[in-house]
Amino acid sequence: MNINDIKREFPIFDDKIQNNDLVYLDSANSSQKPRVVVDRIYDFYTKEFSNVGRSVHYLAVAATNLYEQTRVSVQKYINAKDKDEIVFTKGATEAINLVANTFGQKYLSEGDEVLLTELEHHSNYVPWHFLRKAKNIKIEFAEINDDGEVTLEAIEKKITNKTKIISVSHLSNVTGAILPIKEIVELAHSKNIPVLIDGCQGAPHLRLDMQDIDCDFYAISGHKMYGPTGIGVLYAKKKWLEDLPPYQGGGGMINEVKKEGITYGELPNKYEAGTMATAQVIAFNESIKFMEKIGIQNIEKHEKELLDYGLEKLRKNNSVNIIGNPKEKGGVISFTIEGVHPHDIATILDEDGVAIRAGHHCCQILHDKLNLPATARASFGVYNTKDDIDKLDEAINKCKKIFNL
Amino acid sequence: MDLKDLYQEIILDHGKNPRNLGKFDNYNKDAKGNNPLCGDNVHVYLRLNENKKVEDIAFEGHGCAISMASASIMTDMVRGKEEKEVKEIVTDFLGMIKEKDSLETNILKDDEKTKLMSLSGVKQYPMRVKCATLSWHTLTSALDNSDQIVKTEE
Repeated sequence: MNINDIKREFPIFDDKIQNNDLVYLDSANSSQKPRVVVDRIYDFYTKEFSNVGRSVHYLAVAATNLYEQTRVSVQKYINAKDKDEIVFTKGATEAINLVANTFGQKYLSEGDEVLLTELEHHSNYVPWHFLRKAKNIKIEFAEINDDGEVTLEAIEKKITNKTKIISVSHLSNVTGAILPIKEIVELAHSKNIPVLIDGCQGAPHLRLDMQDIDCDFYAISGHKMYGPTGIGVLYAKKKWLEDLPPYQGGGGMINEVKKEGITYGELPNKYEAGTMATAQVIAFNESIKFMEKIGIQNIEKHEKELLDYGLEKLRKNNSVNIIGNPKEKGGVISFTIEGVHPHDIATILDEDGVAIRAGHHCCQILHDKLNLPATARASFGVYNTKDDIDKLDEAINKCKKIFNL
Repeated sequence: MDLKDLYQEIILDHGKNPRNLGKFDNYNKDAKGNNPLCGDNVHVYLRLNENKKVEDIAFEGHGCAISMASASIMTDMVRGKEEKEVKEIVTDFLGMIKEKDSLETNILKDDEKTKLMSLSGVKQYPMRVKCATLSWHTLTSALDNSDQIVKTEE
């Protein structure tokens, strides 16, 4: 598959949006869906639908097999040791909540510390805040430096003998900084501290190898990986999934239910209570195959080229201020324009079909630190081209013109 | 949709140089409002005298051109008006932004109405309506002595 005409694999680009060719620069928020994924959902519902894991009729068995095939695809894609280490969730948010809740229940008590960073998305802060309220634990934040990075040293500085778990982003959705997660895991493990990686922005853009990274937990969002909404993955080392209590109770996660007591199911069923997002899980297999077909190394290369081109272009544009300057950076450019609020930028860009995001991007702690109430953000996916960046640049110029800059 | 309707000269002017920006000492009513989705916030301060007249009004905060211009024009417009009149203007303005084609209140002069109508461009941009209404909801909250922080989520 040639990455340069990949746009045609995505039906959203077939038609004009509000009379414009769509310039979609909001993939860090959610990616567009390739035709294979959309078709898979339609085909499953029209030809193959049944609930999984319960009945013995033909359709139920076939659907169960398809559902489990996605698990194996994900396992291989992220190089997990065992397919039972892949738990499906409704999204990365639920994956992080699952860990915070179950790990918190079993291992956290008053005065214990959870170490996050200042650039975490709200979904990797609020679940821990619940524990702060319920159990009186403390939350520490490793600081960002002037380039918008979190270094290994910044993490090390905040580790104490009370630190019970470290939970950090793989790739910042604002500054684009790629954290040294392997080194963080190594450091944490030398002090017997488990590590959760929020991989929302990592999984769609970077090669993943769970056995190499050696993290204890890794949270993945399906809809940011060209997959359907309503599906995420929690990778967790088997020892943790066996050790931690179940998260939600319901059908499918039990072994035996009696009036006097209940035993829970084997992995991974223990963490998949109720009817899961079956069609989405099955279609998510197509997203994985789609990315494999392009090749993650080609995706990395393509997005790096776009990033370099975008940074060069926007740096030349007067009055555009780019947020952060990390040495290791993913395809995210957050920026401000002196004299124009990010919401006004987003509205004006939208008029030309350039879709970006404006606001705090669910990272208020980071924006407080940067002393900015909001930023504008352009983020890339496989379908973007240099032409998209040229259109972004032109639209920014139009914005400056309207505001007489 | 036309950006010129949204970003009229008067909006750009008030957005860039908001009137009544800041805080004054002897206010006796105030309220905060914020827009959780975008992080915009506003703090309205006002002084009602013994005759329930708005003697002075100002605001602090930050936000987009629309929200700053809206707060700026609003504070200009309600200064010197009685509480009852202010509430009528607020209701009329919010009604216009939501559904009505024009302003109906007799309290405002024609040139004042024209000024307020410059904010009507947001009607074509549903996601931006909350930018224009935040300060107005916050003004109501200040008059009602509500301790609740106004949020634009509905």
